[in-house]
Amino acid sequence: MAYEIIVVGTSWGGLAALRELIVGLPAGFALPLVLVAHRHRDSGQLLTSLLQDATPLAVCDAEDKAPITSGIHLAPADYHLLVEEGFFSLSTDEPVAFSRPSIDVTFGSAADAYGARVAGVVLTGANADGARGLRRVADRGGLALVQRPSTAESSAMPASALAAVPEARAMTIPEIAGALAGLRPSRTGGALR
Amino acid sequence: MALPLTANESLFGPPVTYDAGLERIEIELLLEGVFRQYGFDFRSYAYASIRRRLWKRIAADGLSSVSELQAAVLHDAAAMERLLFDLSVSVTSMFRDPGFYQVFRRDVVPLLRTYPFIRVWHAGCSTGEEVYSTAIVLEEEGLLDRTRIYATDINDAVLARARDGIFALNRMQEYTENYIRAGGRRSFSEYYTAKYDGALFSPALTRTAVFSQHNLVTDGSFSEFNVIFCRNVLIYFDRDLQHRVHALFYDSLATFGILALGSKESLRFSQYEPCYEKLHPREKLYRKIR
Repeated sequence: MAYEIIVVGTSWGGLAALRELIVGLPAGFALPLVLVAHRHRDSGQLLTSLLQDATPLAVCDAEDKAPITSGIHLAPADYHLLVEEGFFSLSTDEPVAFSRPSIDVTFGSAADAYGARVAGVVLTGANADGARGLRRVADRGGLALVQRPSTAESSAMPASALAAVPEARAMTIPEIAGALAGLRPSRTGGALR
Repeated sequence: MALPLTANESLFGPPVTYDAGLERIEIELLLEGVFRQYGFDFRSYAYASIRRRLWKRIAADGLSSVSELQAAVLHDAAAMERLLFDLSVSVTSMFRDPGFYQVFRRDVVPLLRTYPFIRVWHAGCSTGEEVYSTAIVLEEEGLLDRTRIYATDINDAVLARARDGIFALNRMQEYTENYIRAGGRRSFSEYYTAKYDGALFSPALTRTAVFSQHNLVTDGSFSEFNVIFCRNVLIYFDRDLQHRVHALFYDSLATFGILALGSKESLRFSQYEPCYEKLHPREKLYRKIR
């Protein structure tokens, strides 16, 4: 199976987990990586720059209608990030379960746009966001990975994801990074740089 | 662990077995029907978000397919009214992105001071949060009396709410924090009167404002402006429609006029990018220079 996109969701404890994950990726990592982390509506660029410090891959906040390219794209604070075929769209629709960005919304849109060519990853977090989105990724034939709850700073989010998607693989973060590094990019996903 | 909501209720999408190609045909037919029957043109709206809003309405009305929603709205004007509300209302806050208002006050207000008369257009003002936010800044800077504010939206019902100037009281704490971080000079509560669960904003803030219906998709330019605000409206449009609206804004701006976009919108993908200069590296404030 060739992949187009990886979507990652996290909340409480997410900064350390995301850093650990991206540090584990090879420098030439070609698959677009989309990160959805719950953060304060007015948190600005802080998360973006903290993550950029940890990786040679380009890290940016996703802008509306920007093409989906190699590199790391963050869901901007106070927007939902929707994945369309080839580009991102933003929305300021109501928060979902008190969250904007909502992990479920991004995962669901990625699964609907790319079907089985999506890998979804749920990391540490203190609520159940991401569980329904990961369910949809798996239902569309995509790959579902979850941080093993016993290794997560906050186990609620990965535990909820595993309850909703029992067939998902539970792994440590270095194992997840290794699994993502082994995914084969599809022709379009890898070629757009 | 049980999930409290079904996937549909939370994700606002079709059942997973729904055929994606067929869904797109149904959505295009529905939007075509709405346009021909009611004149509202949503055919160039961004697909992923309009699709999400359509499924939200399908779930709320207890229907199970896009075609059922099409039948409902074409035969029942009340169903169309509900859908119009879902599709045309954008959710926003007062002083959303306080940093934007800080830069507006610091960098744009001095430019506006040089004009004897200032025309401001809020394009797609929805329920008016931004109209009141900007009016507060202009009032504090002593510019409101020589400003004419045009606030337009496609939807009459939300315009009426904008005109009334009543916002949810339970948002006032958030708005007060935003106002302070935006560089507000007074006590935010001076601007509104609390009553029941609403905050009624001072009608003096809109003493120079005109609220009127305008459709960015089908209507043309109606004046020449010094500032156009259109923040987090274009995100709901596809790229073709964004280009058309940028042409409309370009035609509607005076030379050296200011275009204010949402914090994650840009002119980067527009043919008009070379016609503007950026006033700030991060906030989306552009000045028309040619």
